[in-house]
Amino acid sequence: MFGYAGRILHVNLTTGKISTEPLKEDLAKNYIGGIGLGIRLLLDHSTPGVDPFSPDNPLILTAGPLGGTMAPTAGNGHAFVSKSPASLGVGESKSHGFFAADLKRAGYDAVIFKGKAEKPVYLWIDDDTVELLDAQHLWGKSPAETEDIIKEELGDYYIRVAAIGPAGERLMRLACILNDKTRAAGRTGLGAVMGSKNLKAIAVRGTRDIRVAKPDEFLEFVRELHEREKGPATRKYRTLGTPQNVLVHNALGALPTRNFTNATFEGAERVSGEYLNQRFVVKIIGCSSCAQRCEHIAVVPEGPYKGTTVRVEYETLWAFGPNCGVDRLDAVIKAIDICNYYGMDALGTGVVISFAMDCYEHGILTKEDTGGLELNFGNHEAMLELLRMIGERKGLGDILAEGSKRAAEKIGKGAEKYACHIKGVELTGYDLRSLKTAALGFAVSFRGADHNRHGAYSPDLSGKVDRFKADKSKGKVVKDIEDLYTIIDSLIVCKFSRGIYYEGFADLAKLYTLVTGIEMSAEDMRRAGERINNIARLFNVREGFSRKDDTLPYKIMHFPVPDEGVVSHGSYVSQKELDILLDGYYEVRGWTKEGIPTLEKLNELGLNDLAYIVKDKL
Amino acid sequence: MRKFVASDPDKCVGCSVCEYICAWEKEKAFNPLKSRIRTVRLGQIVNIALACRLCEDPPCVAACPVDALEQSEETGVIMVDEDKCTGCGWCIEACDYGAITLHPEKKVVIVCDLCDGDPKCVQWCPEEALDFITPDILAQKARLTAVKKLFRETAPV
Repeated sequence: MFGYAGRILHVNLTTGKISTEPLKEDLAKNYIGGIGLGIRLLLDHSTPGVDPFSPDNPLILTAGPLGGTMAPTAGNGHAFVSKSPASLGVGESKSHGFFAADLKRAGYDAVIFKGKAEKPVYLWIDDDTVELLDAQHLWGKSPAETEDIIKEELGDYYIRVAAIGPAGERLMRLACILNDKTRAAGRTGLGAVMGSKNLKAIAVRGTRDIRVAKPDEFLEFVRELHEREKGPATRKYRTLGTPQNVLVHNALGALPTRNFTNATFEGAERVSGEYLNQRFVVKIIGCSSCAQRCEHIAVVPEGPYKGTTVRVEYETLWAFGPNCGVDRLDAVIKAIDICNYYGMDALGTGVVISFAMDCYEHGILTKEDTGGLELNFGNHEAMLELLRMIGERKGLGDILAEGSKRAAEKIGKGAEKYACHIKGVELTGYDLRSLKTAALGFAVSFRGADHNRHGAYSPDLSGKVDRFKADKSKGKVVKDIEDLYTIIDSLIVCKFSRGIYYEGFADLAKLYTLVTGIEMSAEDMRRAGERINNIARLFNVREGFSRKDDTLPYKIMHFPVPDEGVVSHGSYVSQKELDILLDGYYEVRGWTKEGIPTLEKLNELGLNDLAYIVKDKL
Repeated sequence: MRKFVASDPDKCVGCSVCEYICAWEKEKAFNPLKSRIRTVRLGQIVNIALACRLCEDPPCVAACPVDALEQSEETGVIMVDEDKCTGCGWCIEACDYGAITLHPEKKVVIVCDLCDGDPKCVQWCPEEALDFITPDILAQKARLTAVKKLFRETAPV
């Protein structure tokens, strides 16, 4: 095969058995790679109702068909897929950097982990030589420390490592998997699945060539894409970076502040992308084979957190900044650093902290519960201390490590009202009360609350649609971007570069065909995107999800934006509005009113073999 | 004066596009391990790409026990006689810059040959961090940068 390595690696951690099987071409073509291939493998290798922490729950690592080629941003991404311990539905998360290119060069499109090792181990993939090595000395170490020790002990500094930290070991439901020091497969808690298997890390060295079907035309197109990457489509990511959003969202009354209480933040200037770049960013670095560079490395120049060095993006900055009422970037940077140390999704964990702060402000949590911390919004020292408690699972941190949904159930006393999650996955930095297309996208996202499954905030914020109005036409807007985004995540193209594919599916299909030699039209590609969205939905349906789960947090539906004089003042999403949005979406998806894919739809997408999932539900 | 490929650490982002295009140009392979230029990243902030510096009196040539390496008098490029090279690695040890590496399959050493005076890595570097440059011009640039930093407000840019 071209592009694809053509092999799937199976690792049984219980028995230690390691084997490979060929990747079938129809599987590759129908599900592309990345999350598409991963979700299909998850469906085929898991049983309904499996506990995410059971040895039977497979953890799947995939690369994309373009991985290891020069395709900008697509040459370097990998995905983890499993049943999520946060949502109990599809869990998936991507990361970029350098890891995936080595995995491809070693000769694997996917790795399926099953079982549970008796003692902590790590997997060492050295081309065809694959072995499980002892990791007891790595247990308790951060992902970055783990990476350094593994490189040292294997004696090669160009080895790539993806590892969990103490949070993953302790089954924290927001644990992530970090690679190349600063890159994370952050969302849906897959680091905890890895921890549940006693799998500390995956180290890989690949030395083989990646074969491309039409290399000359491919390089010509890469050259063109490089030029596009230097143009307006990526300017934001190359200059201020995603933290540019802070002032944009603030001006539009869509910057969630103090756990979705306000929609503007009085301290926005002090945590803006502008201030971050002027004061903290020392270098913008790039991933393997990308001509865009976006990774803003920030260093705290002075004060109590002096020297702290992390990558900063809008979502993590927002989660610990405006969302916790904190207007100090040095504290925000420190918070991200603590998350990287423990291996916790900094975005979701920030929202868990803001939930606890909201509970404290409303007397649901007291100083007794917090171990003496004055957990008011804006108290950055308490925020950092609580983060460490979560990482250590100490005191209140032990409860919060379960995520805001489960923590709220445990705390009781009406705490559920302040838990901002969908399907157990924490909200992200878009105030859905006045972004109604985005609200729909978040409600139906198959991995729980998320902006990256649909990007539906974009038409809202750009004014392409009326962001305050809930009507059925929004269903198509969300569906169309969803189908594109699942393709982006299956090729594993970086979303920061989505703008360089001027012709959308056509450009992506062209890139795919040049690399793999498999003919694919724009329509084939779109259909693959639709197919992948449907199998993700089918997994969730198999696990008992339906319309009732496509909902929004209490605060979004019951607390109108209180900020006086702001354009979004008074906005919220009513049940009636949500119902209109869902009806429009299910209709355009060809699903029932309950959100179940129909047999006709499955037939159309060539998914008849999965009809058993929906048969009793239609 | 001889020109070689130098990277500006202020501009280099560690993306390794240079490695990919070098391996393609020289080996028709998408595989950075076959590149004559290699990137290094330290602590995320320090990024640089390294290729042969065309040393005067090159220690790699002196170190080769089988006379497989020779320096071109005209361009300064280190030429490898693949028939003679045994892959013993003495030249790799002798090079202070890690600019000579072992080909992962052929097991002979590989080193930058400047693409006949038109290095592809320089053409492709998206950050314009690579220069095909002589040491004296490199020194000029360093002086200008230093003086600009000293007189940031007033110096003409």
